[in-house]
Amino acid sequence: MANETQNRLERRGAVHRLLQDRDPNLLIVAGLGSAIWDAETAGETPLNLYLLGAMGCAVSTALGLATAQPEKRVIALVGDAELGMGLYALATVGWRKPENLTIVCLDNGRFGETGGQVSHSGVNLDLAGVATAAGIPTIRRVNDDAGVDELRSIIMDGPGPAFGLVEITADMPPVAMPIRNGAIALARFREALLGHDALKE
Amino acid sequence: MVEATNADWKDQLYDSIKALNITQVVYVPDAGHAKLIDRCLADPEIDCFPLVNEFESVGICVGAWAGGRRSCALMQSSGVGNLVNALGLVHSVGAPFFAIATMRGEWGEFNGWQTPMGQAIPKILDAANVVVNRAETSADVIPVTEASGRLAFNSYLPVFSLISQRATGAKVF
Repeated sequence: MANETQNRLERRGAVHRLLQDRDPNLLIVAGLGSAIWDAETAGETPLNLYLLGAMGCAVSTALGLATAQPEKRVIALVGDAELGMGLYALATVGWRKPENLTIVCLDNGRFGETGGQVSHSGVNLDLAGVATAAGIPTIRRVNDDAGVDELRSIIMDGPGPAFGLVEITADMPPVAMPIRNGAIALARFREALLGHDALKE
Repeated sequence: MVEATNADWKDQLYDSIKALNITQVVYVPDAGHAKLIDRCLADPEIDCFPLVNEFESVGICVGAWAGGRRSCALMQSSGVGNLVNALGLVHSVGAPFFAIATMRGEWGEFNGWQTPMGQAIPKILDAANVVVNRAETSADVIPVTEASGRLAFNSYLPVFSLISQRATGAKVF
């Protein structure tokens, strides 16, 4: 929830720090909208799957991916409104408890892409509290560099599933559009992850 | 006639899931799926868990496909409307999405509250470019469902197998 007195991170710098020296075993599912630009500018790789639509589906998609790939580490990188639209996915993550999944929520308390209207997490909705109540065992509130570094360590080594609420300012860095064709992006992702023969299935 | 005369398909659906190489089954439960859910839960080779809302099933199945796994979603017709907005994901990335929905609100329905969605769902799915195959009788359920699954995974399409209330047996209170 918004607390004007607390420290907040600049989103792009925070995401870049989180993904620095990225491990090749890390897979990212990013949801609308700025989370995608943040991930894209951190370093293009086929192992990023971006959902440029279907708002609310990012955590579920990351859950399906994490359960299919238990040897990999998986992030759902989402804004607070994307997470809110599919909020009940947290309950299913809490049920299934994939050890290799971390939800990283970039919380600016705003609907950033639509004009910066104040969102629920800017007023009344404590998303880390919801994640806790949903039974996700590892919860972190992150608003400084040390917190980002600790969250990176949790992403790679657990214990998971984890939920990191990264408290960010309302700044809107420039858009960095990724591959826009979802079918190409998915095929590329599957080829990089599963090998070329997976495309023949 | 409100009861299904031959419910062998309720056991055979599990064999269909196995034959389609599906290793993940997610569900919002329905009585018509109860046997299948129990058998999937008892199978250590199937990752089977419930959802709060049908909307989640689309992301989970697409994510699992991205990770090399075939999934199936089970639900009741009354909840199919909850996932319509997520179908953009399936269409945009060209992934399969295979769902088996038991119908309510049609064949001898007792509870009128089920009827609006039961009657609308085939049209809604059609409008959303989802392939709909209907199993009208008990004898249809297995062949229709297996064909639906094959179509979904071989053509990378969203496909629903709709199991008629005539096959599940309408609830009588």
